[in-house]
Amino acid sequence: MNTEFLKGEHFVQGNIACAEGAIVAGCRFFAGYPITPSTEIGEHMAERLPKLGGVFVQFEDEIASIAAILGASWAGVKSMTATSGPGFSLMNENIGLGAMMEVPCVVVNIQRGGPSTGLPTMEGQADVMQARWGSHGDYEIIAVSPNSPQEIFDLTIEAFNLSEQYRVPTIVLSDAAVGHMTEKVKFRTPEEVKITPRRYTTLKPGDYLPHKPDSDLVPPIIKAGDGYRIHTTGLTHDERGYPVMKEEAQGRLVRRLVNKIRKNANKIIRVEEIDTHNADVVVISYGITSRIVWSGIELSKRKGIKVGYLRLITIWPFPEAMVRELSNHITGFVVVEMNLGQIFYEVERCSAVKTLLVPHAGGGFHKPEEISQAIEEVAKKRK
Amino acid sequence: MNHPMDHLLRTDRLPHIWCPGCGIGTIVSCCIRAIEESGIPEEQFVTVSGIGCTSRAPGYINLDSFHTTHGRAIPFATGLKLANSRLKVFILAGDGDLFAIGGNHIIHAARRNVELVVICVNNFIYGMTGGQVAPTTPVGGITSTSPYGNFEHPFNLVYLTAAAGAVYVARWTTLHVHQLKRAIGEAFNKRGFSFIEVISPCPTEYGRKNRKARGIDIMKYFKEKSVIKRDIDLSTGSFGKLTDIKLDGEIVCGKFVDIERPTYLDKLEELKTVVSISLK
Ligand SMILES: Cc1ncc(C[n+]2csc(CCOP(=O)(O)OP(=O)(O)O)c2C)c(N)n1
Ligand code: SF4
Repeated sequence: MNTEFLKGEHFVQGNIACAEGAIVAGCRFFAGYPITPSTEIGEHMAERLPKLGGVFVQFEDEIASIAAILGASWAGVKSMTATSGPGFSLMNENIGLGAMMEVPCVVVNIQRGGPSTGLPTMEGQADVMQARWGSHGDYEIIAVSPNSPQEIFDLTIEAFNLSEQYRVPTIVLSDAAVGHMTEKVKFRTPEEVKITPRRYTTLKPGDYLPHKPDSDLVPPIIKAGDGYRIHTTGLTHDERGYPVMKEEAQGRLVRRLVNKIRKNANKIIRVEEIDTHNADVVVISYGITSRIVWSGIELSKRKGIKVGYLRLITIWPFPEAMVRELSNHITGFVVVEMNLGQIFYEVERCSAVKTLLVPHAGGGFHKPEEISQAIEEVAKKRK
Repeated sequence: MNHPMDHLLRTDRLPHIWCPGCGIGTIVSCCIRAIEESGIPEEQFVTVSGIGCTSRAPGYINLDSFHTTHGRAIPFATGLKLANSRLKVFILAGDGDLFAIGGNHIIHAARRNVELVVICVNNFIYGMTGGQVAPTTPVGGITSTSPYGNFEHPFNLVYLTAAAGAVYVARWTTLHVHQLKRAIGEAFNKRGFSFIEVISPCPTEYGRKNRKARGIDIMKYFKEKSVIKRDIDLSTGSFGKLTDIKLDGEIVCGKFVDIERPTYLDKLEELKTVVSISLK
């Protein structure tokens, strides 16, 4: 793997595809601390980045790793870290700092079973809410959920693009199954994909304010050392980046940080939909689980039930409007996820129809029958 | 009226938040003078801090300045420096920030010899949160969480950083403004991890609880008890007990390490050359 970018099709592990996607997106700074099942991402970056003129650092812990990628990003270099549940928990304070300072960067969480040390080598999908609300305070991030090595490659690029577009830490929320699965991946070079450039200001030092947004609520950025002499802080601040300890400043800042994602949600959200518009029951899932649900759907279809498939590709922001709209003309939803109810509650709050959860605690996969039984139970409502 | 240092201060943010008699302002002015005298273009300087009274300092300095999370200034600064080697990155933070919550980061940054200048304001206490015990509080020191007198052995910051691999280590008090300014200037010109401990008065929290309620009383203590030693070289590894600080005891000041050692970026450049050769 000596060439600058891999070309063509390769049979590789999801974690390697993730690292290669980051390289294609322009990531040249990686900081991390080893943790199963994400370790191969760091190992691969350690091999690749020095050859590309980039920097790989294995830090003393995850807290240092996330702090370092925020610093590197302010220095003008696209940066990433990768971890799994326990490390992700440690990173959360500084994910909040990234949201507050509006730092583009990518955090990969190859989820394993939890809580705590849980199942180090086995899959889980129970960090969904932590990805959204893990840090204290009110904020919005973006999270994407790939379901194959190909998709983790593509969505890692997409995560960089979204994080540059919205100046927000973006999370690739994958899991041990996708990270460790080996499949064919078609690598694309930077010429073949869309790469969103960093939104540098065109203003001169003196005129530029680091947290003054454009009309899309996102402020352009600068590079440290370019003479702008900005201040930025995790404290509540005004457009200059100066701390202001006032209710009014808090309201203005936090609302904008939240709204720059919420108001642009339609531009951010990506889903995969099959047969949803002519279905009685829609199965909602994401990540590795979205590949398991097919066998359940097949079983129910054989019994004549009209089943649609809705897969969340961006998991945050949540496609609220789409679920509401679907709920107007179906009998019910079945949510299949590898936790005991996280996205289920999101769907339920948008749904006016029967909504069933097919839970799994992690460390294995749902059985097709559990899924088809739930589909059939929801379909019964029709009569 | 303009002050000659105004261009390096965010005058639109003044007055600052520090208490009367606090030493942090003196340290900021030493930094600014050292920057001016360094001859290095001002734009190249970037300052980073964590959380605490000291960590508010970068907000008042008119350079690219980053006020991060408690204890994490060093890794944030490491990211800046490694992503753009041209930057002169310095950190201003408290003893609690750098050695309690951030203790792991400082020893590793010194070990890696990342080119950073760390200026640690040691006021023997947590100022911002209201005077709790710090990893530097001398034995017997009264704080709000050691009301009967601290019984934990305090860190000796200059030993710790010297042992971890810093290439420049010095300690001064806020009384030694000339030496402090010179030390900061030397550190700016050093290739590698530099550490400067500044013993600083916190009359509000430390002083009040330890029979030195006014800044001036603490400065008198610094004057009476500080001794400058020029013959201590911690880089040799013979640490002894020479620079331990005891309650109301001597404060040994001076420069204790000034050596050369390849920096993290030197090693990284070597690595890049090796791998690019292997590519051919
Ligand atoms: C994670 C976290 N824990 C605790 C705090 C609260 N806190 C703010 S400042 C501080 C101590 C600062 O002490 P020091 O670093 O010695 O700086 P000083 O205020 O004395 O300059 C603490 C514990 C915090 N902000 N973040
Ligand atoms: S509490 Fe102490 S360290 Fe903080 S500003 Fe006041 S005197 Fe200075």
